[in-house]
Amino acid sequence: MKRRQFVKDTLASGVVLPGILGGFSVRAFSEDAAFVKALMAPSTDNDHVLVLIQLTGGNDGLNTVIPLEVYSNYVNARTNIAIPENKVLTLAGTKKLGLHPAMTGLQSLFNEGKATIVESVGYPSPSFSHFRATDIWMSASDSSQVVDSGWAGRYLNYEYPNFPNGYPNSTMTDPLAIQIGSITSLTLQGPAVSMGMSISNTSNFYNFLNGSTGPAPATPAGKELSYIREIAQQTQQYATVIKDAAGKVTQQIVYPSGNTLGDQLKIVARLIKGGLHTRVYMVTFGSFDTHAQQANAADTSTGTHAVLLQKVSDAIKAFQDDLKFLGVEDRVVGMTFSEFGRRIKSNASGGTDHGAAAPLFVFGKQVLPGVIGNAPPLPANATVNDNLPFQYDFRSVYATLLENWLCVPNKDLQTIMLKNFQTLPLVNTAACKTVNPNNSGDNLISNYPNPFTTSTTISFTTAGGHTLIQVIDMTGRVISNLVDREYTPGKYKVTFNGGTLPTGVYYARLQNMSVQQVRAMIKVQ
Amino acid sequence: MDRRSFLTAIGTPPPVSAAKAHYRVADRTNTSLKEYSGPWTETEISHLLKRTMFGSTKTDIKYFKNKTMIQAVDELLAPASPLPAPPVKDYDTTGVTTPDTNIAAGTTWVNDTNNDGTIQSRRRAAFKKWWMGLLINQDRSIREKMTLFLHNHFSTETNDVGNAQYIFKHHAMLRANALGNFKTITRQVAIDPAMLVYLNGQYNTATAPDENFGRELQELFCCGKGPDSLYTEADVKAAAKVLTGWRNNATLISSFFDSTKHDTGNKQFSAFYGNTVITGKTGATAGDLELDALINMIFSANEVAKYICRRIYRWFVYYDIDVAVENNVIQPLADIFRKNNYEIKPVLNALLKSEHFYDAFNQGCLIKSPLDLVIGFCRELNIQFPASADYVNNYGLWNGLLSFASNMQQNLGDPPDISGWKAYYQSPQFYEIWINSDTLPKRNQFTDQLTLSGYTFGGKKIQVDSVAIANTVSDPSDPNILLDEIIALMFRMPLSSAVKSQIKKDILLGGQVTDNYWTTAWIDYNANPNNTANATIVKNRLRDLFKYLMNLAEYQLS
Repeated sequence: MKRRQFVKDTLASGVVLPGILGGFSVRAFSEDAAFVKALMAPSTDNDHVLVLIQLTGGNDGLNTVIPLEVYSNYVNARTNIAIPENKVLTLAGTKKLGLHPAMTGLQSLFNEGKATIVESVGYPSPSFSHFRATDIWMSASDSSQVVDSGWAGRYLNYEYPNFPNGYPNSTMTDPLAIQIGSITSLTLQGPAVSMGMSISNTSNFYNFLNGSTGPAPATPAGKELSYIREIAQQTQQYATVIKDAAGKVTQQIVYPSGNTLGDQLKIVARLIKGGLHTRVYMVTFGSFDTHAQQANAADTSTGTHAVLLQKVSDAIKAFQDDLKFLGVEDRVVGMTFSEFGRRIKSNASGGTDHGAAAPLFVFGKQVLPGVIGNAPPLPANATVNDNLPFQYDFRSVYATLLENWLCVPNKDLQTIMLKNFQTLPLVNTAACKTVNPNNSGDNLISNYPNPFTTSTTISFTTAGGHTLIQVIDMTGRVISNLVDREYTPGKYKVTFNGGTLPTGVYYARLQNMSVQQVRAMIKVQ
Repeated sequence: MDRRSFLTAIGTPPPVSAAKAHYRVADRTNTSLKEYSGPWTETEISHLLKRTMFGSTKTDIKYFKNKTMIQAVDELLAPASPLPAPPVKDYDTTGVTTPDTNIAAGTTWVNDTNNDGTIQSRRRAAFKKWWMGLLINQDRSIREKMTLFLHNHFSTETNDVGNAQYIFKHHAMLRANALGNFKTITRQVAIDPAMLVYLNGQYNTATAPDENFGRELQELFCCGKGPDSLYTEADVKAAAKVLTGWRNNATLISSFFDSTKHDTGNKQFSAFYGNTVITGKTGATAGDLELDALINMIFSANEVAKYICRRIYRWFVYYDIDVAVENNVIQPLADIFRKNNYEIKPVLNALLKSEHFYDAFNQGCLIKSPLDLVIGFCRELNIQFPASADYVNNYGLWNGLLSFASNMQQNLGDPPDISGWKAYYQSPQFYEIWINSDTLPKRNQFTDQLTLSGYTFGGKKIQVDSVAIANTVSDPSDPNILLDEIIALMFRMPLSSAVKSQIKKDILLGGQVTDNYWTTAWIDYNANPNNTANATIVKNRLRDLFKYLMNLAEYQLS
């Protein structure tokens, strides 16, 4: 028996969709239905999609974008892994920087004007822990602060404030966000519920399209397991729209083989072309945790890190070419991120340890091409503890994409980003038509005024029975249990006095038996 | 074939055509009631506990590891704790026309007669919350599973019965007899005030017979609808006549016999009952005498024991009763049942100690009922409730859990109708009825919410304490051990090593490949638990792990 094959197939536990809450009795409409199309028109004018590519493990930025401007300092700091100057890929319009030789795909995208490099992205007091740094990047918190929601989750909660109550519905038939991976990451976590669904891996996606539930033992337990998996596939609320979307796309360009990032992006391109209105896609690729032997000693342009970078570069190039082929290039912008860069000075094992700031790529037809920022200032004799200072806060990248790509009005950015950040020239702002929150679904809680200075009135709807209204801060701490008792069904109001609270974002959370909904409230001076 | 080796090999069966795999008829087994003599490990203990209680806690598994299988079953069949104190007044009487102000808050209302509709409704709600609390706080015995079995079997709905005192009395009778005599229970049910309301027995008179109870007594409670259940329509009518004259007294909360309403004629039964004639009686004792005769006659039918044993089998083992199971398990169990004059315990004793019960083919195949899911979740994940003295908040929290289970289509105290929940009789789907496009997402929603944000009542929150669970693992700093032991706690079947390594990498290692990252995070957290950042790292990964595992299909199986 092909044991390996079997083991591989056992991953196929169906498309696993944790975190989709509420509205389960509502079946997704086929978006072909004429009335759905008619209803859809007024919802939002913006059809932009953001694709987030997480490079897990901490990508070595200095060997990804080589600082030619300070090349001798670069070589001094990492002689055993430095990329030879003559092999560095050149970039049109700049001599300050070049790309790792494995990244011909991204080089050509950059030279076509479809990619931007943002230099030295980071944040003050960086964390060197994978977990903590990942949480910081995903929650968009300060280094000293623990925020239990994700930045994209807060954005989706802003644009679809009633989700998941009454979703899917005629104005949003589709998942708000899709992640390929076992779990929906913190990035997509809203203030109360996860705003995304996950497809546990690429082979599960194809099993799902084929109606396969994966193998199970020939026992009664196996029979019931298969039954439950089948129901999980069929009745997950977005099954129809996802299958329909995938079914509409019969031809895509060839993606590089043996490249799991490419496999994931191929699905993303297919779903975008298939017509899903999903706002955010997230894919992950790794591991970039190259503590040892990241480059071959004989030829430092080859080795573990080179293979990883080539896969990233090839996958993004294929994805961008596919988007063009599919005719949806204007709608998509992507960005890469990693929890940190690596140390300036390489270690004796031919690798690099955890570092701080690093470059990231933003790509798409609508990006403003070029390089943002300067080559990092490398010391002539880097020591083991030297790290790159950041030039741009990573939250400026998010805030810019929110405002200039996902078209969130500037006045509302703070609700999502928790603070104000500078805007960067990353994407063509002409493409933006301002969006307003989509009020479809069941609005169960709201407040007025918002923002507020001292007090605000929270209006809520209960279906009867025990009803709870809590005010929670952005770290998840309960500030107040405003309402905690039995109600008869109806609409009610309660006043929240927050005069003594620090300014910032707070959440009003409704819990009515098994239903919950959260509304962001901003306290200002 | 060695059944045990099959179970342990679950991860590696031959590949089958995946798309159609589930249409295969699963193989069944020829094992019998012969006493089980195989290994007694956590696998078998967990199986026994999940089937006889709600969920298998680590504490209970550990407890029974030091006992033999025989000792374990003996203990489960002999509840040590006394019957519980009755439900209390947790409600206020605001806006009530006739408030029961003589009942102090926190004391029981079951002995207080009050006909106010609002009071009755609040008492019914209190009864249901109380029962939920008993399920959550069950002792280490089969009592709660059997009480629920009897509730499903002799189904009544609190909403239809209305009178909360009747409801409590009916429930207390089932509970007290949960391991008693099935024939005795049936006789008591026949003149139980709640059942007299529910099936209109109280309106059954000589001049206007109501056949409702007489029918269900045979069709649902005793004989069933199997091929050998050959009672007739005439038998239904005759039984109804036997039962004429029983009435309820809403002041005394008891039934009584009104001989003036009784049909005193002879009642002729069919060949299925040996052409029995129950001689018509008169006077105050007629009701009891004829009822005794009726119950004796019904329980002399061979089919009764078989039917009840099938019901017990479907509650504790699996729904599919093929010829082998009928011959090797049901018939011998029915013999035991008859031989022991319908005592329940000897039947359970034989079944739960049998090689058939521990057969690998019978493990992991029971789809959890909503109550199994909700209560099992609370018990296995050691959800902490307020101190027992805080009845107000406990009742509130239990009520929240009731509503979760009710949304998943199992409303404790209110089964859909007299037949009980469909999962235990509706062929061919049986347990699969619990899982559909509406209820499966609600199951996931429940585990998600109780893991992620919890459920709050009265400022008291119930939520999974992921770190506390991790601390019950032998070495929580090792992500492999952590994952293995959590999977063993939650699932009745292993996950393949490929699935496990993907979960480990994606969740516990945050995408990394080195186990040490989790180990370091765990050690850092334990070295300084008050550091919010360190705590968040560990708690979020564990939270995501629990949430993910409970969203897998495997979690729905018991």
